[in-house]
Amino acid sequence: MLSEQVQLEMHHQMVRIRRFEETLQQVYMEGKSPAFDIAAGPVPGEMHLAAGQEPVAAGVCLHLRVSDAVTATHRPHHIALAHGMDMQRMMAEIFGKDTGLGHGKGGHMHLFDPATHFGCSGIVAEGMPTAVGHALAFKKQGRDEVAVSFFGEGAANQGAFHESLNLAALWNLGVVFVCEDNAWAISVPKEKATAIANNSDRAAAYGIPGVLIPDNDPVAVYEAAGEAVARARAGRGPTLIEVKTDRLLGHFEGDAQIYRTKDEMETLTQRDALKLYERRLIAAGTLTEDGAGQVWVAAQAEVDAAIEYARQSPYPEPEAALLHVFA
Amino acid sequence: MAVETKRRLLTTSKAIAEGIAQEMERDPAVFVMGEDIGAYGGIFGATEGLLAKFGPERIIDTPISETGFIGAATGAALSGMRPIAELMFVDFFGVCMDQIYNHMAKIHYESGGNVRVPVVVTTAIGGGYGDGAQHSQTLYGTFAHLPGMKIVVPSTPYDAKGLMISAIRDDNPVIYMFDKGVMGLGWMTPNPRATGEVPEEPYTVPIGKADIKRPGRDLTVVTVSLMVHRALDAAEELAAEGIEAEVLDLRSIVPLDREAIVESVRRTRRLLVVDEDYRSFGMTGEVIATVVEGAFDYLDAPPARLALPDVPIPYTRPLEQYVLPSRERIVTAARELVAGR
Ligand SMILES: Cc1ncc(C[n+]2csc(CCOP(=O)(O)OP(=O)(O)O)c2C)c(N)n1
Repeated sequence: MLSEQVQLEMHHQMVRIRRFEETLQQVYMEGKSPAFDIAAGPVPGEMHLAAGQEPVAAGVCLHLRVSDAVTATHRPHHIALAHGMDMQRMMAEIFGKDTGLGHGKGGHMHLFDPATHFGCSGIVAEGMPTAVGHALAFKKQGRDEVAVSFFGEGAANQGAFHESLNLAALWNLGVVFVCEDNAWAISVPKEKATAIANNSDRAAAYGIPGVLIPDNDPVAVYEAAGEAVARARAGRGPTLIEVKTDRLLGHFEGDAQIYRTKDEMETLTQRDALKLYERRLIAAGTLTEDGAGQVWVAAQAEVDAAIEYARQSPYPEPEAALLHVFA
Repeated sequence: MAVETKRRLLTTSKAIAEGIAQEMERDPAVFVMGEDIGAYGGIFGATEGLLAKFGPERIIDTPISETGFIGAATGAALSGMRPIAELMFVDFFGVCMDQIYNHMAKIHYESGGNVRVPVVVTTAIGGGYGDGAQHSQTLYGTFAHLPGMKIVVPSTPYDAKGLMISAIRDDNPVIYMFDKGVMGLGWMTPNPRATGEVPEEPYTVPIGKADIKRPGRDLTVVTVSLMVHRALDAAEELAAEGIEAEVLDLRSIVPLDREAIVESVRRTRRLLVVDEDYRSFGMTGEVIATVVEGAFDYLDAPPARLALPDVPIPYTRPLEQYVLPSRERIVTAARELVAGR
């Protein structure tokens, strides 16, 4: 049985993430209507939101220290927030402001934060080898930090996935590979892209544990991740965890999702893991209706403050484009 | 029966899809592989409508396995097919470049000319809309540096269709690069130059022939793709001040139409090269070298160039706009070039 504190903290993290993503969804559309123009508004470019995938972030990251290394993908916000990234500097980066993590040079797919040892990439699967490298460094340094690599099920068909699993297994490194299977890679469904049903089965090819979490349940994720992280910290090698999760929104904002049916979208909304989890906590008496409401209000206030910070922050000077090519 | 003379306007993306469709109807060996090219129609619309027309056997959505399916395109070509493989953004070439430049591009040469590799790799290039350092590059200079691939970079719907048909019929690997800004996509900043007249029947535009998109006497602006549009905008503004810029659209980087470049500069005596790719070791340097070799004695001023300074493309708008060539910057550079005329 998880402590009430852990259960509530997971709820809190999931709510923060949901409010972050849904509020950003609104902000992203500023300047992009009536006609959608991806280049317009305070937040240009592609925007990949992770509403629905909160259980993965909350369940895994609660086991981590900020000194543990995390690599994420083009869909990074939920992981970054759960791992403790400063929300204001993160939002400022998404707004392209000088106060952002990368002075506006990176944007939402390129959040780099030494304070939480976090990095992400817009190239599918390419965060995985980096995670292996983090763990290799920790081993050489005699530290018990771990590296966690998050990636989508689409990434598991890249060479980098297989090479990384093999390296981590071969060198007995403290990596936790977390596959967020939301069933879709943009418009391509998993069953049309992957020869087997469960990526966790692929762990067998590298002689490491493979764990399947079939239902987007934060508690199950928390328990599996606890074991995997402990194993990695103890120097007993990598684990592959696969979570069947849900992408409640489009691949990116502005995606008309012609490839998904209304039925599917309705099913996803009905089985919204955050809502289900909250109801469970309330039914168990761990959380009251009022208490839950307060979590949502506080999360919204935190997100609003981050957006305000980002809006008020200045843009970098144009000439700053020429800085930082080399150290 | 009255002859239909109404002009038919298409966006560049629809012109490309039409070119592919017509070749697929003509030649059963042609098929398409790529990510999100089926139901989605390609992220940039280059395969829109093809799944409905040709079915999933010929319009194949692939896993995210670029090394695998782009390498497979080479293999299929070696065994008698004429595949088109889409690399969604050129920026992703890093994960599959070995299959492209060590295999697709070299086999014909290594075989002493005995083996042919008729593959078309389509890929999206270009920035300017805040997509950051991994989704905004053009990189045609990188590909052009490596022998064995033709590099096609259309700027208009008409050229796009004709060049696509030529690319598919070509017996060599062709890297067909479409700038997102020339495609006429409904979700990007509107660009009237991305829509144009396209004949319904199949036709070819030769690969390796530049095209004068606007004649002029005072300077030659050599460029490709979206920068052709910017250069044409700039030329209109310059014309109002009495400067007549000739805009030469290369249309392909490999083969490079050196004759057309030299011929134009010999007439205008001034050269400005405009490029959305990185400045060093790329297209601008190659064009200027060509002119120095072929028209040195004709030059009234040192050649000038506008290109991305050698930095990754920044996300935030003021920085991205600072590094990209623009109409304003072309106008300024052209004025400076002809000053003292
Ligand atoms: C190497 C590479 N190929 C293709 C893409 C384009 N792309 C971006 S996200 C994506 C789908 C990724 O699916 P998945 O890994 O399941 O993650 P999800 O988007 O579902 O979170 C694709 C094809 C890319 N960014 N990098």
